[in-house]
Amino acid sequence: MTVGHALLGLLEGGPAHGYDLKRSYDERFGQDRPLAYGQVYSTLARLLKNGLVEVEAEPGAGPERKKYAITQAGVSDVAAWLAQPEKPEPYLQSTLYTKVVLALLTGHDADDLLDTQRAEHLRLMRDLTRRRDTGDLADQLICDHALFHLEADLRWLEVTAARVQQLAAQVRG
Amino acid sequence: MRRWLTDLSLGVRLSVGGGRSGWARLALIADGVGLGVTMLLVAASIPPVLDARTDRAAARSVESGQTLTPGAPTLLTAEVRSVFHDAAINGRLLQPESDDAPLPPGVTRQLAPGDVVLSPALERLLASDDGAALRGRWGDRVVGTIGAEGLAGAGELTFYLGTDRLTDETANRIQSFGGATTPEEGLSPVLMLLALVGIVVLLLPVAIFVSTAVRFGSESRDRRLAAVRLVGADVGATRRIAAGETLAAAVLGLAVGGLLYLAVRQTAGYLVPGNLSFYPADFRPVPALAALVVVLVPVTTVLVTLSALRQVLVEPLGVVRRGSERRRRLWWRLVFPVLGLVLLHPLVTGLDDALGTQVMIVAGLVLLLTGVALVLPWLVEATVRRLGPGGVAWDLAVRRLQLDSDTAVRAVSGIAVSVAGLIALQGLVGAIGALTAGSQADTSTYQASVLDISGGAGADEVWARELAQARGVTAVGTLTSVWAAPDGPSGGSGGADDEGLLIDSGTCEVLAQEAQLDSCADGDVFVVLPDGATAPAPGSEFLLGGSRQGGSDDGGDGAGAGALAPWTLPASAKEVAPPEGGVTALNGGGPPRILVTPGALDGASLEPMSVTTYVALDPAEPDALDHLRTAAAQVDPVAYASPIEQRGISAALGGIRQVLLVGTVALLVMIGASMLVNVVEQLRERRRLLAVLVAFGTRQRTLSGSVLFQVAIPVVLGLALAVVTGSVLALALQVAVQAPLRFDWVGVGTTSGAAALVVLLTTAAGLPLLWRLTRPEGLRSE
Amino acid sequence: MADEPLLIAENLQLSFGSTTALEHATAEVHAGEVLALMGPSGSGKSTLLHCMAGILLPDAGRVTYAGRDLTAMHDDERSALRRTEFGFVFQFGQLVPELTCLENVALPLRLGGASRRAALRSAEAWLERLEVSDVAGKRPGQASGGQGQRVAVARALVTRPKVVFADEPTGALDTVNGDRVMQLFVAAARDTGAAVVLVTHEPRVAAHSDREAVVRDGRVRQQELVR
Ligand SMILES: Nc1ncnc2c1ncn2[C@@H]1O[C@H](COP(=O)(O)OP(=O)(O)OP(=O)(O)O)[C@@H](O)[C@H]1O
Ligand SMILES: [Mg+2]
Repeated sequence: MTVGHALLGLLEGGPAHGYDLKRSYDERFGQDRPLAYGQVYSTLARLLKNGLVEVEAEPGAGPERKKYAITQAGVSDVAAWLAQPEKPEPYLQSTLYTKVVLALLTGHDADDLLDTQRAEHLRLMRDLTRRRDTGDLADQLICDHALFHLEADLRWLEVTAARVQQLAAQVRG
Repeated sequence: MRRWLTDLSLGVRLSVGGGRSGWARLALIADGVGLGVTMLLVAASIPPVLDARTDRAAARSVESGQTLTPGAPTLLTAEVRSVFHDAAINGRLLQPESDDAPLPPGVTRQLAPGDVVLSPALERLLASDDGAALRGRWGDRVVGTIGAEGLAGAGELTFYLGTDRLTDETANRIQSFGGATTPEEGLSPVLMLLALVGIVVLLLPVAIFVSTAVRFGSESRDRRLAAVRLVGADVGATRRIAAGETLAAAVLGLAVGGLLYLAVRQTAGYLVPGNLSFYPADFRPVPALAALVVVLVPVTTVLVTLSALRQVLVEPLGVVRRGSERRRRLWWRLVFPVLGLVLLHPLVTGLDDALGTQVMIVAGLVLLLTGVALVLPWLVEATVRRLGPGGVAWDLAVRRLQLDSDTAVRAVSGIAVSVAGLIALQGLVGAIGALTAGSQADTSTYQASVLDISGGAGADEVWARELAQARGVTAVGTLTSVWAAPDGPSGGSGGADDEGLLIDSGTCEVLAQEAQLDSCADGDVFVVLPDGATAPAPGSEFLLGGSRQGGSDDGGDGAGAGALAPWTLPASAKEVAPPEGGVTALNGGGPPRILVTPGALDGASLEPMSVTTYVALDPAEPDALDHLRTAAAQVDPVAYASPIEQRGISAALGGIRQVLLVGTVALLVMIGASMLVNVVEQLRERRRLLAVLVAFGTRQRTLSGSVLFQVAIPVVLGLALAVVTGSVLALALQVAVQAPLRFDWVGVGTTSGAAALVVLLTTAAGLPLLWRLTRPEGLRSE
Repeated sequence: MADEPLLIAENLQLSFGSTTALEHATAEVHAGEVLALMGPSGSGKSTLLHCMAGILLPDAGRVTYAGRDLTAMHDDERSALRRTEFGFVFQFGQLVPELTCLENVALPLRLGGASRRAALRSAEAWLERLEVSDVAGKRPGQASGGQGQRVAVARALVTRPKVVFADEPTGALDTVNGDRVMQLFVAAARDTGAAVVLVTHEPRVAAHSDREAVVRDGRVRQQELVR
């Protein structure tokens, strides 16, 4: 689940209030679709239940004054998620983008992520290539379509990784 | 005009700003042009050198036939001609007749008898180990050296020797040195021909070399121009830019040439044989010619660049070579050599020294040799098209040449033209040598002779005694010549023998040097009859022992001692032919001579007019001839000792040969340089391909082989063409000087062999670059 | 893949002056395998390929081909090896411009000592196989880029090498041509049992491989951990 992982990743930078988390998320990944405040709290609640975050109590605090911090389990959950390649399919951008940014935020290597994803993509592309080279015209057209999209994904990922790395210092700062 | 200037300066900036390869190209062209400029400036310096030498020689010349009273500030002087090894040493005897007698230029003091002053070169020679046989030839009281103003050149071998033995008859009396009116002798047609051929042969390759140099690196230049076109320059602008680039290089080349010239100037005087040597200060170009070089060389280079650019289309997307698919045509290329041959016809029909003939010959030579450069590309193309497959290296080379032989041929045409010219020149020099050295005098008994033209009573005995003691002399025989004035009725009647003749007496062995004797015994008398001479009638009466000019007037007191003896030509005198290959034979004609054995003179003791001493030399003594010369000079410095084998003129030709050799070496160096640049450039162009071939595991042997073949095929064709043209030209030149026709295998072989060797060496010198280029870096795209 | 790799590069280290092109690069190819080398520009892909092919010698490390240490061989030996066991395809400019395409393909055979006629005969067959028989008599300059690359592939395979090294073989071609060249190339290589080391930055080209290795800053990233 992407939003959960995103919030976890943001928390790796340090404990934060729910409202601050929404703001960080919107700044980095929200684009024109900001996260609903309610979704933040329901997600945090689920993470809390799963033991991935914990609440740092502040004296005399209301529910909106609760500060959340990531647990050790949460940290490894993020790492596992980052290392897990996405199943290659069209229109992965938002997920991959989130991963790249979070990888940088959490100090993971964006190149690793890229390489992992490329391996996964290539695995599928090899199948498609084999099918295309042996199939009939319809197969060829369909496979080509998929191949070009997968290639576009990978290239976009490469470019993004390179760009984001250039901005890494800025993002971390 | 503004456009022109902008484009030209853009070209200059492009060539200078082209990074390392731009500079490399600039440097290559500049060096090539520089070498050419040096050669041209050297050629332009020859007239001043000759003038300076002539001026200094004139300043020390001696005017003969002046009537001066002795005692005034006068001086008696006579010339001494000597030879050491093959070098002529011409000096003078000085006999001052008062303390303020004139001094020759470069000499600062009067010479007492026995004092000698030497030129620095002679001094060095005397001091050297080589000079042992020369020491003491003119005494050993060396009192100074001759200053530069008294010498034709730094390497001249000459001396002044003080004496007290000169007389009115044996010497000239003068009041001052210089002022002798040397008759304005026009260059003999033969020598003129030699000079013309030499100049054309040495300078034409220079022109070809310069035009080749201008094209160094033109492929990358063309690519650069294409890039300029891509950003919007039109065809005219690219031409102007290219002209600007070339101009920058040519100007740099002028500077390089100037510097090289200065270097040559310091050394050239020592490279030519001593008797042609000169001082560095004499070596300065004729200003007009120098100006011509400075103007014409850049202009020519620009013209060559522009004409080369016409062969390619510089398009924005690249360079298209025009007409590379079109076959070359032969007929218009043949026009040049044929026209040249037509212009050269005076060689066969007869030479004269008219200006028209000279112009025709020079133009003919230029056309003929240019024809070689023009026919060669056709020849290479036509041959290469027919070459069959062979090994991989051969195939690679042949295919390369089939696709584009221009670059290869360009370098080779210089070689072909030079070699053709040199072969012709050598044929001519060799023929002249053969013409003059053709005497086959008999050297079985005697190998050298010493001629003393002052003679005098007892001279023959002195010579025989002194020379017999010289080192390496094994036998001596004298030939004494006495003047025979006609006497009595038959003499007075007037006729062939009206003026008298020479009677030479000597042993049979000695007389055999003078005529072809079938048999000879003491007491015999022979009459030598050259072609067309009439023999004196038997029984003619003569008075022996007078002197020629004295004749009957002062026959009485001039001969002194009353030694005149009447003599009658006996009827038993045999008519014989002059010696084979002797000087008489060469000149033809001449008066008859009478040869007598001592027995036929009835023991009359006569005062000889001249004495020729024949000397047998020990072949085991290498310097015997020079020891003999030294011994002879010690008896009389004026006596002329020489080997019987005629070598006089061929020694002079030896000097010309040496100059020719220096010129050839300079040409070969130039050829080598251009060849090297050419090979390097071709390799550089193909570095990526070479690297790929090496990646494929191509053996270095195969690659070098293909490079060598690629060079060798055009070179072999070029040399073949050169040998044919050169030999034809040589034969024509031999006809012109009326020498016996002969084909100089050795000369042709040496010249073409040396050229081939130079090519081989320079190509080999380019191979290390091949190894560098085939390193994997070559695989990286530029 | 259980058997010994055919070609192993171990811990290669190579610097050009101050630039380090390879740093502990390790890679291996099995017989008949197609290995794609990927990675950003300047990461050292070509350098690695040159080292594996014995064209470049590493400063340190070892390249072993069929049990023989390439780095310890004499230069001539490596040349001979490249001539007989390896084949090469580059991005461009590899055909000898003055030879016809047919002669270009025959060239490696002739370098190996085959007779001219036999070499030309097998070259002809290979041109046909790569569908470029029509350019046989033309010079490379007269053939299109795609045709030229096919000729180059034919030339790389004509000696039936054990390993073909291809550095961006389709880098200068359009998609359709590039795809076709790769199809023919890989199919022919698999037919002859040749292993292929393929440098490319195009995923679609890499998709013809069996396995990829990513070169980054002179190091090879192994993907095994993820699989
Ligand atoms: N001959 C050389 N001299 C200097 N530097 C070199 C040389 N060869 C390679 N390099 C350097 O080594 C590094 C790796 O080069 P290499 O050509 O292997 O990269 P690549 O991965 O093939 O790049 P590309 O995808 O652009 O072809 C680069 O930084 C390059 O500049
Ligand atoms: Mg590369």
